[in-house]
Amino acid sequence: MGGYFTTVATMIGIYALVASGLNIIVGFAGQISLGHAAFFGIGAYSTALLCTKLGLSFWWSLPLATLITGLIGALLGIPSLRVKDDFLAITTIGINFIVRSIFLYVPFFGGALGIGGIPTPTLLDTRLRGEYYLTLVLVLLALTTWFVHRFARSWTGLATEAMREEETAAGAMGISHVRFKILAFTIGSAMAGLGGVLYAHFVNFISPDDFGFPVSIMLLSMVVLGGMGKIWGPILGAIVLGSLPEVFRPLVQYRMLLYGAALLLVIRYQPQGILGEGSLLRRLFPRGRR
Amino acid sequence: MQLFIEHLINGLAVGSIYALMALGLAMVYGILRILHVAHAGVYAIGGYVGLFAFQATDSFFVAIAAAMVVCAIVGVAIEKVIYYPLLKYPPYVPLIASIAIFLSIEEICRILAGPYILGFPRRLALSPLTLGSVSIGGMQILVLLTSFAILLVLWFISERTELGLAMQATSQDMAMASAMGVNTKRIISITFAMGSAVAAVAGVLVGIYYNQVYPTMGAVPAYKTLAIIVVGGLGSIPGAVLAAILLGLAEALLIGYAAVPLPRDALAFIAMIIVFMIRPQGLLDRKTR
Repeated sequence: MGGYFTTVATMIGIYALVASGLNIIVGFAGQISLGHAAFFGIGAYSTALLCTKLGLSFWWSLPLATLITGLIGALLGIPSLRVKDDFLAITTIGINFIVRSIFLYVPFFGGALGIGGIPTPTLLDTRLRGEYYLTLVLVLLALTTWFVHRFARSWTGLATEAMREEETAAGAMGISHVRFKILAFTIGSAMAGLGGVLYAHFVNFISPDDFGFPVSIMLLSMVVLGGMGKIWGPILGAIVLGSLPEVFRPLVQYRMLLYGAALLLVIRYQPQGILGEGSLLRRLFPRGRR
Repeated sequence: MQLFIEHLINGLAVGSIYALMALGLAMVYGILRILHVAHAGVYAIGGYVGLFAFQATDSFFVAIAAAMVVCAIVGVAIEKVIYYPLLKYPPYVPLIASIAIFLSIEEICRILAGPYILGFPRRLALSPLTLGSVSIGGMQILVLLTSFAILLVLWFISERTELGLAMQATSQDMAMASAMGVNTKRIISITFAMGSAVAAVAGVLVGIYYNQVYPTMGAVPAYKTLAIIVVGGLGSIPGAVLAAILLGLAEALLIGYAAVPLPRDALAFIAMIIVFMIRPQGLLDRKTR
């Protein structure tokens, strides 16, 4: 495998992980979020600070930063209790802008220069680079996907989906919307934080612009494109949207235009996502009877 | 005092440009419940068409008219080709489509006109108005007069004509309006045409005011105007205008007097979050609903 391929594949793996976290919030709990890059950034900045300022190793910093992001996610999920749909979408945009501004304007976070010198992790005296790092990302992606699968099948997952379908009816059945919305934000943000940790130690240098609003758009597009609320949806979305710019790379000038046009075409003709109910793929290959 | 009044006028000018942009967004939200992010793309197109028309004819009015016509066509095309078929899906689907349109428009502008900042060839010769010790720039007068005229025309259409009545009815209850004989499909298109034409004016005015037209000029307004229409009460047109002008004033005075460590552009979102906490229905209640 060439270095180029490994790099692209690692980035796709990281985005798939972060998008799966967003899928918990948007797909399972039905809470639209356009600020997911903020949590991706909080994870990355947490690990960067823990490693460069406190000198923690990657293996300590990974769970710690994930936990921190999850807690902040619980806190920033509180607006979802008060506002819905479009209002929530705009609030989360606001959260993204404000978090990015804090990274940019508070000197503690390194300002516009960002934070450099984030160490590459080592395992058994081997520096995890290239294919090793890709393997690490894929293992963690597999673990979280397994977790999402368990979550979707669990009572908690079913309760969360019931709340998405009909909050009032679910409430009448004793499903507390406070508990399950905050839970969804916590899990989803923690997964974004984990992705942020992997990103920071992969590129070794982070700056506020890596976690701006366009990244949130890309993440939500991955979830919607793949199929919301489907376990494999965000992963497929990440593969498609992560590789499209690379496929179009020879057409330097038109690359981003084709990216926008492709996204527009899919959402216009497959609004439920590639794996969603009623999509072309589902109609061509209907589910067998069980 | 003199400086204060100059900041105030500047804030008013910037605020009225925000108002022109937010208007179209509030109109579209009022009628289709879509967050029309691509509106800022239409505004950038307005800036470019205005610039090219101005280069060709040297006339401010031709520039405005050309931009309005082109943007109205683009706006209606977006509505007919993309939004209308997506109306039956949850609101995030048209929202993502809108963001994709916005990205594509930015890229088309960059490919056609180059990534550079273009300036208007010759600043319009406008002499400043001097009142006592306060002098008001010619640009500011132009911006204020144009936006005021447009707001007046829109107010007249919406409050004093049958078309305005039909538009209000459609935004209150589309099915009921349709049952009463309103051609709602046509009203939606007219709304898009009007909103986009007003955004075009905003694009031309910004281009002249800052002497800058560039492909990503819509990026900051795209999200700032969303915050504005929330502060104004989603879908409320007078609310959006009021919120836009207040924001323009607040930004100008903040830059003028307070040394805050936050960027100017974050102010809109902070205002929005405060409004959510104390007045979730926005500054002005939508009298209907």
